[in-house]
Amino acid sequence: MAGAKLWLLLLLAGAFAGPAAALWPWPQYIQTSDWHYTISPHSFQFKYHVRSAAQSGCSVLDEAFQRYRDLLFGAESWQRPALTGEQHTSEKDSLVILVVTPGCDQLPSLESVENYTLTINNEQCFLLSETVWGALRGLETFSQLVWRSPEGTFFINKTEIEDFPRFPHRGLLLDTSRHYLPLHSILDTLDVMAYNKFNVFHWHLVDDSSFPYESFTFPELTRKGSYNPATHIYTAQDVKEVIEYARLRGIRVLAEFDTPGHTLSWGRGVSGLLTPCYSGSQPSGTFGPVNPILNSTYEFMNTFFLEVNSVFPDFYLHLGGDEVDFACWKSNPDVQAFMKKKGFGNDFKQLESFYIQTLLDIVSAYGKGYVVWQEVFDNKVKVLPDTIIQVWREEVPVSYLKELALITEAGFRALLSAPWYLNRISYGPDWEDFYRVDPLSFEGGPEQKALVIGGEACMWGEYVDSTNLVPRLWPRAGAVAERLWSNKVVTDPDFAFKRLAHFRCELLR
Amino acid sequence: MEPRALRPPRLPGLLAALALLLAAQGPRASAARGPALWPLPLSVQTAPRVLHLSPDAFHIANDPLSQAGASCTLLQEAFRRYQNYIFGGPVLKHLPAKSRVKADVQQLLVSVVLDSECEMYPSITSDESYSLVVKEPVAFLKANRVWGVLRGLETFSQLVYQDTYGTYTVNESTITDSPRFPHRGILIDTARHFLPVKSILKTLDAMAFNKFNVLHWHIVDDQSFPYQSTTFPELSNKGSYSKSHVYTPNEVRSVIEYARLRGIRIIPEFDSPGHTQSWGKGQENLLTPCYGGHQPEISGPINPTLNTTYSFLCKLFKEISWVFPDQFIHLGGDEVEFECWESNPNIQKFMKQKGFGTDFRQLESFYMQKLLNIISTLKKGSIVWQEVFDNHVKLQQGTVVQVWKEEMYTNDLSAVTAAGFPVILSAPWYLDRISYGQDWRIYYAVEPLDFSGTQEQKKLVLGGEACLWGEYVDSTNLSPRLWPRASAIGERLWSGKEVRSLDDAYKRLTAHRCRMVRRGIAAEPLFTGYCDNVLK
Repeated sequence: MAGAKLWLLLLLAGAFAGPAAALWPWPQYIQTSDWHYTISPHSFQFKYHVRSAAQSGCSVLDEAFQRYRDLLFGAESWQRPALTGEQHTSEKDSLVILVVTPGCDQLPSLESVENYTLTINNEQCFLLSETVWGALRGLETFSQLVWRSPEGTFFINKTEIEDFPRFPHRGLLLDTSRHYLPLHSILDTLDVMAYNKFNVFHWHLVDDSSFPYESFTFPELTRKGSYNPATHIYTAQDVKEVIEYARLRGIRVLAEFDTPGHTLSWGRGVSGLLTPCYSGSQPSGTFGPVNPILNSTYEFMNTFFLEVNSVFPDFYLHLGGDEVDFACWKSNPDVQAFMKKKGFGNDFKQLESFYIQTLLDIVSAYGKGYVVWQEVFDNKVKVLPDTIIQVWREEVPVSYLKELALITEAGFRALLSAPWYLNRISYGPDWEDFYRVDPLSFEGGPEQKALVIGGEACMWGEYVDSTNLVPRLWPRAGAVAERLWSNKVVTDPDFAFKRLAHFRCELLR
Repeated sequence: MEPRALRPPRLPGLLAALALLLAAQGPRASAARGPALWPLPLSVQTAPRVLHLSPDAFHIANDPLSQAGASCTLLQEAFRRYQNYIFGGPVLKHLPAKSRVKADVQQLLVSVVLDSECEMYPSITSDESYSLVVKEPVAFLKANRVWGVLRGLETFSQLVYQDTYGTYTVNESTITDSPRFPHRGILIDTARHFLPVKSILKTLDAMAFNKFNVLHWHIVDDQSFPYQSTTFPELSNKGSYSKSHVYTPNEVRSVIEYARLRGIRIIPEFDSPGHTQSWGKGQENLLTPCYGGHQPEISGPINPTLNTTYSFLCKLFKEISWVFPDQFIHLGGDEVEFECWESNPNIQKFMKQKGFGTDFRQLESFYMQKLLNIISTLKKGSIVWQEVFDNHVKLQQGTVVQVWKEEMYTNDLSAVTAAGFPVILSAPWYLDRISYGQDWRIYYAVEPLDFSGTQEQKKLVLGGEACLWGEYVDSTNLSPRLWPRASAIGERLWSGKEVRSLDDAYKRLTAHRCRMVRRGIAAEPLFTGYCDNVLK
């Protein structure tokens, strides 16, 4: 690693020779020179190498070629340049793509390989990758390398890049319950995620405030639980569109159905699901978390998650499990009786564990893996060894780094979100704080570090809807994206500032 | 300054009435049902009786008795705008359409009582009062001047709501209204980031929805000089971010006219002697060369010791005085760094010669006084940031002081008004400073007259301004950062002192922000919830 560091620092010094070096996130290995080639928008094309496992007809790449063509040169048609008779030896008229492993119709997964190498020199203009997902990352990098002179000529510098992500799970959470986000907002976000090499869209679909997911097994959930069942919902078609749109950009859709807390909106459409709260000996008319003592609850969950399992193809589901408020359970005499019967005493964490364990059994029976918020681990719920624990609390019960140490010490995989709550805004360049975090700076052995599979930037929706989502997300989430993709030694905030400022302007374009 | 109208304490009853109206909608009703007035008028009497309106059987027109006729394009344009705002709501398809809505209110007749001022520019003394009577079959809006009509049209448009069937509905009501403060401003900063004209016009639209009447245009600063001067074209040629990041004379004129049509004044700020780095690029020898540093090229504030400085300022401000029709020009005068002046031997000599000793505030005062004199010979009034007052510059009577320093701003208000100067408050309303949560509540809770001083002193408070400085703001985030946070200040400056209930404000503001979204303003949410409509 020391050698790599030295090389990198040398590169950083010369990186701003031309506009070409404004890459985001910064690649693992890059060598670039001032020598550059012209690119003619008229004749330039993306081509499959004859030995590529992916060939014309590969939807992921065919569509990506079209997208990046438009991004690079706009949708306009370019005139053939006047023939001057003079041969442009320094012109690049194509980028040749070679994908080693076949597979264009699958979905990206946690295990997807995103490595690629990009070679632009006198002899070739060549993108080599193990999979189509790597090719997508390489195309993005290629598009960031192309620059334009004030006269309008397109150029690319002689460059050699070998790149791969530091972490396999690089996520962004959107919350469509506190405020509904129109479909186009989600799709636009997926576009920008791809520009930042994010690869997981964590979709916090439902919560206390509303239930916009249109369930076909329990249509009342949406009819009664959404803000407006005609306009503020995601139909099955919408969900399919999001998943496919994400797939074409190498992005997984990790759906979250958070229980047993954060479920007020569920209660409107499914009577008997939530715990009735009591004041004294009388029901108060308000409801708490999902009622964990009834068989009907688990029958409902069984059916509901069967549907979720079929709608969301990713291997993982997010089951939530955060912030369960015990006050309502405590107030309810039936719950109290159940606690006594089970021998839980006054420890409501055991009741929570009971619920979560039953739910996890249901979901794992469908052959799914799951992600849960850290409370599930903190409350010592027995979970399968391959459970992924997402750390979101900054200080409590312990600092997030300590929490990562504890989770990985127990042998679980971990995702970090605690320092990356983008909904929390403050005056000034707070992206620097997000950028400075190093997810592996906790005490633990290399096996423990290997269990940190990545992180997520979270944009909770209490104060966010489509009016302010974009400027609140970008470029702040970009800081997290680079932290999760680039080498650990890429930490210079000044160098980052220059590239990020440039990248922001590119996003606007 | 116009004396402010006395307000009888009628408001508690009104609040109760509004609360009942809102409560009657039920807990799951969207915020858009029922009228939500923002800012709350002086007096509202609303009857339970509801009247219906139909888009094809309603129009706004001049009353035959009005002093303003069809030739008053300001009103004609406003009528058309408000027709669209009133009926621009979503078509609620999922609910059974009522068969043919009977149009109870078919007309809003508008009458200007005194000379209309239709062709004039609004000013600090413009009369914005109006009264509104909504009844069957004709509603009446009456005002002394066109400015009051504009405010009244906005109020009328806010009274109309869609019931659960999507029918446009209005309650029988009587409203009389006038602003508490005559100066209700928004500051935008087009120097730290350039704002396209489109963004400025959008901001003017939203200002009108909130009854703001002053756009304080902080047009140039250290970072860039986007104002294209006809006298000194090099200022923007060399001082703007790029050739396309400028405001041409035509664009400035169109901003001023767009604002006038909405009853909004444009007050330009050309801040000096500090905050002028960008001026130096296009005007040689204007800035003070700094000495002693390792970088000889550094310059500081405007050089106050040269005659050429003042002849330049004279010409520049002469141009500004006729480009911008408002009676006032903002001269800045904030945050002057003395280090550079201190380092310069010629300035030191000048100080000695003038007998200023080492008190550079006296030098600053010397500069400001000369500048203020230039402005008064141009027959304009001046507004300055509070440092000019704090540093004891001799100010002419009527010079307006803007208080921006947050620590102890109430003391500053006392001091400025005790010295007899009119004052504008901004200190608690720096909207560029963002934080997590509902900071609008903090802006709303401010009471501008809550400082120690006599009645005479309180009368010197002209109003306030919400300031959105541009270090972290450009057209990508301007609207959601400004709205609805600035709306809280809009109501504080328009409505009665007693209108302070945060709960009631929350309900009305939630609905008001959805209304702004419906009218095309990307106003951000106050908290969890939804609007019937999404931003187009």
